Amino acid sequence: MGVIRRTGMFVLQVNPILCDSFGHCAELAPELVHLDEWGYPIISSEPVPMADIGAYESARYAERGCPRKALHIAKINHPRPEGPVSRGRGTV
Amino acid sequence: MIEPRTLPRLFAGAGKRPLSLADHEQLYKPTDNVANLINELDASGLVGRGGAAFPTIRKVQLLRHQRGHKYVVVNGMEGEPAAHKDNRLLSINPHLVLDGAEMLASMIGASRIAICVARDNPTVVNHVERAIHERARRNLRGPGIDLHTPPWRYVAGEESALVHWLDDHESLPQYRPDRPHILRIGRGPTLVDNAETCANVGLIGRYGAEWFRSLGTPRHPGSVVVSVTGAVARPQVLEVNLGSPISSILATAGADPQPQAVLLGGYGGAWLRADQIGTPYCNEALAPLSLSVGSGVVAVLPRQACGVAEAHRVVRWMAHESARQCGPCAFGLPALAEDLLTVVRGGRDGVAAIARLGDRCSVIDGRGACRHPDGVVRFVRSSIDVFSADIDNHLRGAPCAAARSSHHFLTVPALEHEEELIWE
Ligand code: SF4
Ligand code: SF4
Repeated sequence: MGVIRRTGMFVLQVNPILCDSFGHCAELAPELVHLDEWGYPIISSEPVPMADIGAYESARYAERGCPRKALHIAKINHPRPEGPVSRGRGTV
Repeated sequence: MIEPRTLPRLFAGAGKRPLSLADHEQLYKPTDNVANLINELDASGLVGRGGAAFPTIRKVQLLRHQRGHKYVVVNGMEGEPAAHKDNRLLSINPHLVLDGAEMLASMIGASRIAICVARDNPTVVNHVERAIHERARRNLRGPGIDLHTPPWRYVAGEESALVHWLDDHESLPQYRPDRPHILRIGRGPTLVDNAETCANVGLIGRYGAEWFRSLGTPRHPGSVVVSVTGAVARPQVLEVNLGSPISSILATAGADPQPQAVLLGGYGGAWLRADQIGTPYCNEALAPLSLSVGSGVVAVLPRQACGVAEAHRVVRWMAHESARQCGPCAFGLPALAEDLLTVVRGGRDGVAAIARLGDRCSVIDGRGACRHPDGVVRFVRSSIDVFSADIDNHLRGAPCAAARSSHHFLTVPALEHEEELIWE
């Protein structure tokens, strides 16, 4: 706990049914979210490496700051980091 | 017994009235002929006929390993206004569909079957009701069958919307970020299959995989039910061999032999160009053209029709059918319809609108909870591509006469509250 895992990737996902275009997410995580012409968030589905601490922190702010609780950080484990994975935990 | 390599299979009992249980058993022979249903279903290579073409066996395997009080849902909602196949099937051979549903239930260990037909089709509802009663009277073993009649809407047949209706009486699609996702009624894992898919399971369970594969192509075996509409002598539902050329389907239906384009897969589908009508009708041949069989709609657009005006009407209707839960769908689709109308009207505004259409399509694509907006985007992109010559004429201020005619070939139901479309 309190340790930032730097392996793996994440994507910020929005539940479009819950989202009500308050637009807080675009302010809290400007590097990940921008708004469409109707005020709904457009989030890239490209995974972002966890090692990008700035982006991850923003994603967490946005996740917590969303008034509709519409945002969710999905962790993706499989595009494995390059290099030997001998010390990793047994399973992914 | 139905001989292999013959058509019709699913429509073998086609008469004026639905086959009674006795006649049905007489024609198709009793069930329980196949030793290992799961293996046969796997070997048959059956894919879902509702639109997504997902392998049926994969769904069964997923549900088989779930625990709890399981359900099989037969989807006969037929959301596509141009499609009539499930209704037709349920009006000809309701027992074949129910047989398939019972086999699916036995494969996954489900204790109840829910068959869903839109209440807007009272005749079909009656036929299904009668079939269920006939079975109950015969006291067949197996799970109980209930009939459900949700109101008809385009998205009501989307599987998560359908299950949500069964669970909570609201035909609204659900957000499902993780796939595969197991749908549930209450806490019970639920298998949803289209009525035509169930009927095919009913055949595979009787005659086996080898029999099933005697029609169709090796990759896409079996027969498929298509609804041919548009510029045809009479809209009709045909059972065809998967992989037969589209031109031959059109010929059988008495369609315009030299169409302008053919819409495949329904109002969330895409256009086949006139010079491609020799393409075999199966996903293997259609995929390279970014087309698919989808829900089996084949809508013929004649040369004298205006493709742009037709596209606008369809998109306007599809926008109206959005469940309006998700912003990009609720606001985006009416915006697409507006843009298309501007293109139809032509002139300088039209030039701006056509550029905006492309941008808006990329913004909307993939951003709804269900695939409704994605289908509309696919249809819009394809319309812009296929009718580009027409569009140029509109933009130059010289649209064809058909654009102003009130005769249309792609039918859409009347909009209920037109004025709400944009302002809601
Ligand atoms: S903060 Fe939440 S509700 Fe507001 S636009 Fe972002 S995701 Fe939607
Ligand atoms: S994408 Fe559209 S139709 Fe699908 S759930 Fe969202 S609003 Fe409804």
